[in-house]
Amino acid sequence: MSNYLRIAQDGLWSNNIVFAQVLGMCPTMAVTGSATNGLGMGLCTTLVLVCANLLVSMIRQAVTEAIRIPVFIVIIATLVTLLDMMMNAWAHALYQVLGLYIALIVANCAVLGRSEAFASKNGVVASTLDGLFMGLGFTFALTLIGAIRELIGNGTLFADAHLLLGSSFAFLETQVIPDYKGFLLMILPPGAFFALGFLLALKRWIDQRQQARQGIQAVPAAALGGGGCH
Amino acid sequence: MNWQRLHGYLSYQSLMLGAVVLVTCAALGWAAQRTHDPILAAEAQDLRNNLSRVLPHGSYDNDLLQTRAQIDGPEGPLDVYRATLQGKPVAAIFAVHGRGYAGDIEVLLAISPEGALLGARVLKHKETPGLGDKIDVEKNPWITRFQGLSLGNPPVERWAVKKDGGDFDQFAGATITPRAVVKEIREGLEFFASHRQQLFGETLAAGESQ
Repeated sequence: MSNYLRIAQDGLWSNNIVFAQVLGMCPTMAVTGSATNGLGMGLCTTLVLVCANLLVSMIRQAVTEAIRIPVFIVIIATLVTLLDMMMNAWAHALYQVLGLYIALIVANCAVLGRSEAFASKNGVVASTLDGLFMGLGFTFALTLIGAIRELIGNGTLFADAHLLLGSSFAFLETQVIPDYKGFLLMILPPGAFFALGFLLALKRWIDQRQQARQGIQAVPAAALGGGGCH
Repeated sequence: MNWQRLHGYLSYQSLMLGAVVLVTCAALGWAAQRTHDPILAAEAQDLRNNLSRVLPHGSYDNDLLQTRAQIDGPEGPLDVYRATLQGKPVAAIFAVHGRGYAGDIEVLLAISPEGALLGARVLKHKETPGLGDKIDVEKNPWITRFQGLSLGNPPVERWAVKKDGGDFDQFAGATITPRAVVKEIREGLEFFASHRQQLFGETLAAGESQ
């Protein structure tokens, strides 16, 4: 049981895809102009992560070292294409908002990263849970960055949530600062870098304080090489 | 089965990879077949929604999607939809394109047989959020200003943003976008003036004979 708790904690905070592994930067930068978009992208990625981890862990005994990367890529690309077609068919309004970015999930190396680093070495239940919590952690990070950019840039939170989640979620839409003039820079791409930079610093600071309190020597955060990755 | 023992064979690698590709392709093919009709239906519904946005509800009584025709437009073939009410022509609906600040801006126009603009809506754009995207009616009512106008009203030389000596407001911090939209709509009206017959097609004859 404690093993599963560990998986949850890793995914949501300690080894968070965005805040600790610094993977999946392409969607993190591209779609977080608003909290709603971040949330939508996060949930789609979560779905792919769960399915990919489940499938990879199921066939992990049969897949050899030599062919594992192409096999994982084919599985992930197939899942993303399926998601793309199904959303286009049955969730068209959502597809119009996120459609452009769905295909980008293939290029999110966090998905391949989890297949390779976790699902190919662990059982079905643990892998599925890992996918779920990594996905939720990713969703949390994207929504948070989106919320910060939207709040500073537009003075709103979860604007257009009804387009994404249906009219029953319209209550999420709030005008936090009335008559706000807007701060365009945060909506434009540089805003993503600012928001992410401050959040990364904040996470390091929280982690260090926690470690200092526990009297443990600060361990450098597990940097799972994001080099050359989108 | 003892998978580990098979792992050593070279043929196992290719067969395994082939099997995975076969299974995933089958899944994709099946899904593509299942989603083909729903996607077409969703896209048609989408188009219907867009068309009804430029024409007041109840001002026509035909199914616009059925009236699609292609004529020679300024940039290649152009799709036209013809709205009629009891057989009489109400409007020709077509899209015009122009270059905004960040790329193509597609505007859908509905023009009456007399040449008056019944409605204009931006269908697609990539303008800056918070600045240029005010051309989107969901963000700002600016585009509704064009309703009822025609080529002579205001005069052609005043079909420009105020900064250029015209009649139309620009946005604070964004002139290129509204300038592009004004130009697009004016060009759409000019195209209409020179191609009225083709745009209305047989609906015009039907209306006049009644």
